[in-house]
Amino acid sequence: MDQFAVKVFVRLRPSVLDPAGEATKSASIKLGAEGIKSLRIGKMIEVKIEGNGEKEVREKIDLLCDRLFANTVIEDYEYSLEKL
Amino acid sequence: MDYFTVGVVVFPGSNCDRDVSWALEGCLDIRTKYLWHESSDLSDVDAIVLPGGFSYGDYLRCGAIARFSPLINALDEFVKSGKRVLGICNGFQILTESGFLPGALTTNKNLNFICDDVELDIVSSKGGWFNIGVEKQTIKLPIAHGEGRYHCDSDTLKKLVDNELIALRYKNNPNGSSFDIAGITNEKGNVLGLMPHPERACDETIGGTDGLFTLKSLILK
Repeated sequence: MDQFAVKVFVRLRPSVLDPAGEATKSASIKLGAEGIKSLRIGKMIEVKIEGNGEKEVREKIDLLCDRLFANTVIEDYEYSLEKL
Repeated sequence: MDYFTVGVVVFPGSNCDRDVSWALEGCLDIRTKYLWHESSDLSDVDAIVLPGGFSYGDYLRCGAIARFSPLINALDEFVKSGKRVLGICNGFQILTESGFLPGALTTNKNLNFICDDVELDIVSSKGGWFNIGVEKQTIKLPIAHGEGRYHCDSDTLKKLVDNELIALRYKNNPNGSSFDIAGITNEKGNVLGLMPHPERACDETIGGTDGLFTLKSLILK
């Protein structure tokens, strides 16, 4: 069995308003940061997972992302995968 | 003699389960039974309420973990049989997460947890949830949520409108919901999800009775 470290990024779809991102953008500007055009907040999920090769692990992660980690009505996801 | 019994689902973190049960039993004389979320035997209940609260601490997303409970897995057959399911607040979030209702509920536009009474227009009487001896088309119900902003894509919204699936709309949209949506039904009409709390408006002494007929309609066939 191979072991992989997976980092999943879940983001609100561009068409979905991100009020927390807007509030953080506003605070960033108050802090004095200049030039911020956009700020959106997402989630990062780290998974360590075993499987028979990358293909099998990707299938498992795709299922997890699609069914649990993200709500695809409002969120997109992508992930990176590193063999340990 | 068999009594009509409403199952009130209890998840870890539910906090409106007792309110729902009190409203049904005390105000409407409808028998209730608490259903622990790990139960999948729904054979002795005739309708189900998914109450408000913070199931599983709202971890990941509201309703996202509850969706995988044995009870929700058993709900599919229950819904297909035509029996009624009412999801209130967190219950509505669970119904969208689990695909019984379209769309999603996310963070309020103003980021506040809003606790208030709101005026609502009754848009559709699909499923008979809002037409029991009530002539008026506007009702007032309490809301209490931080993540009640209904969102769906334009195709879904068109489907909701065309099929008369929008049950309630806010008169003064408090949370930024698409199309002011406060509650929707499935196509058959036997599943209703809404953010406002009808169980908190079942007695004049606590501020109103506009929630009574929605709870009472659980016993409709």
